Amino acid sequence: MADIMRCNAGDWVEVERVLLEPADRSTNLPEETAAQPLRMWVKGFARSAAAVGDEVAVETMTGRAVTGTLTDVNPGYLHTFGRPTPELTHVGRDLRDRVAAYRAKAGE
Amino acid sequence: MAGKTEAILARKGEIMKRALGMDYSQFEQSPIAFDYEGMMAAHGYSIDDITAIQRAGGVGRTPLLELRNLTDLVRSYSEPGHGARIFVKDEAANMAGSFKDRRASVSIHVAREKGYAGVIAATSGNYGAAVSSQAARAGLNCIIVQEAFDSRHVGQPEIIEKSRICEAFGAEVIQLTVGPELFSHMLELLDETGYLAASLYSAFGVSGIETLGYELAEEMTAVTGAPPTHVVVTHAGGGNTTGTARGLKRAGATTEIVSASVDLSGLHMASDSDFNRKSFTTGHTGFGVPFATWPDRADVPRNAARALRYMDRYLTVSQGEVFYVTEAMAKLEGLERGPSGNTAMAAAMSLARDLPRDATVVVQETEYTGAGKHHWAQLNFARENGVEVRAGDPAENVPGKSIIIPERPEQIRAKDFDLAKMRRSYVRNALSHAPEGYVPTDADIAFLAEDTNSDTATVEETIAGLKAT
Repeated sequence: MADIMRCNAGDWVEVERVLLEPADRSTNLPEETAAQPLRMWVKGFARSAAAVGDEVAVETMTGRAVTGTLTDVNPGYLHTFGRPTPELTHVGRDLRDRVAAYRAKAGE
Repeated sequence: MAGKTEAILARKGEIMKRALGMDYSQFEQSPIAFDYEGMMAAHGYSIDDITAIQRAGGVGRTPLLELRNLTDLVRSYSEPGHGARIFVKDEAANMAGSFKDRRASVSIHVAREKGYAGVIAATSGNYGAAVSSQAARAGLNCIIVQEAFDSRHVGQPEIIEKSRICEAFGAEVIQLTVGPELFSHMLELLDETGYLAASLYSAFGVSGIETLGYELAEEMTAVTGAPPTHVVVTHAGGGNTTGTARGLKRAGATTEIVSASVDLSGLHMASDSDFNRKSFTTGHTGFGVPFATWPDRADVPRNAARALRYMDRYLTVSQGEVFYVTEAMAKLEGLERGPSGNTAMAAAMSLARDLPRDATVVVQETEYTGAGKHHWAQLNFARENGVEVRAGDPAENVPGKSIIIPERPEQIRAKDFDLAKMRRSYVRNALSHAPEGYVPTDADIAFLAEDTNSDTATVEETIAGLKAT
């Protein structure tokens, strides 16, 4: 399996940057938002070898250079459908029965 | 606010003027009024031109489907003689999976015509996929700026999927934590790259949606002999309502325009802790109400999406009702589509129940579905984030705390939002954005009446009421 903790120059990676520290954030934010930094993640091709946690420059898909902390190497997408919602599993069966019953009655 | 943000915001006018591809100042008439129709026509494209641009981009001419099973389901519990015919425009059949392709297509065409090297859009929604896809076809660079995560770096599965699809189409995706400073970062990117700002709210974008209303009027006429009596539109920023209604008008239809949003009242849109306690990322009242009552809060000087001009009714539904209808659509109609686009469908089921059988209700969009962007994924995520999910009476739902999934379709009941209150709120906002002490002229009052789909007497009454308080 490829190393996901280290990258070589040219690897597709993700970096993180803090854009605004809490003190620099906009006024009128809810407290819980104002207490956090504004952070940003972007993917690109690493310009040099690095380990996760190191600062590294990447070249993004538009050719921009962005420097940030390496957070992932060959980053993927792990979102799923998940398990069915039990409160919904009966919906199809019940509604098909209701439509069939309605049509049987209407056709009488 | 920090010097960095202030410095870029101070240059907002200059950056946006270059980035928007259009000078908005020519349409200003007073501190309140502007020439809306002039702005909408300034790009010079007729609806036939836009249709041609969209055909070349693989956009539009989506199937119009009659939902006979859903209609009979509604009739099974309607009063005798009631239960309108329900239709849907399957906009998920567009290239990037939603009606947003129409919105993106004109901006991308303009970007290429005017020689921009790329486009930038701020969106966590389907619009990002649409811009990315159209930009890829046009050979343009594309940056999508998304509000994606809370401060724990946790994101809605629906938004993560939208990051994925934009990257799949070759866009550079900037994922941010919660906060309105997204806009100042977008300005920095526009300044750095010189790209076109493909705003959701530009005249290009909203004109692109007019073809949807126009098409469905023609298609319904072919099927039923007349344009629909009602069109239900999922409403957030206002473009969907505005564009669709304008297209219907162009086709000569006198259809009633019903906007619909998911009720997320009580949740703060800039709150880090509320961010993942909502199970809809768009089509909800958190955008729908503020944008209808003050459209010019958008990232353009004057918003082309002005929903109050066109709305005849505004219905809200709960998250649980929409998830139930999403499941029902798949099982009864063989249409597995994303939940947000089914907001209008939930409202349409409630509406159709109260209308006579010969009425026709068109839900004018669907959106694609897939891992993450799916009602199961959103409901599992809600549970993981401490939101109660249970079966029961959806009227008992509390946004951010509980999602109540109906036990029976009869429990789906949309609520009417008070349009008169929204109109008053709009007038108050318009006056508060004019300089202190400015007295609205007759022309301003006429503009406000048009912009709120009311009349000058109502506007004058509202203004008098505001003075009294």
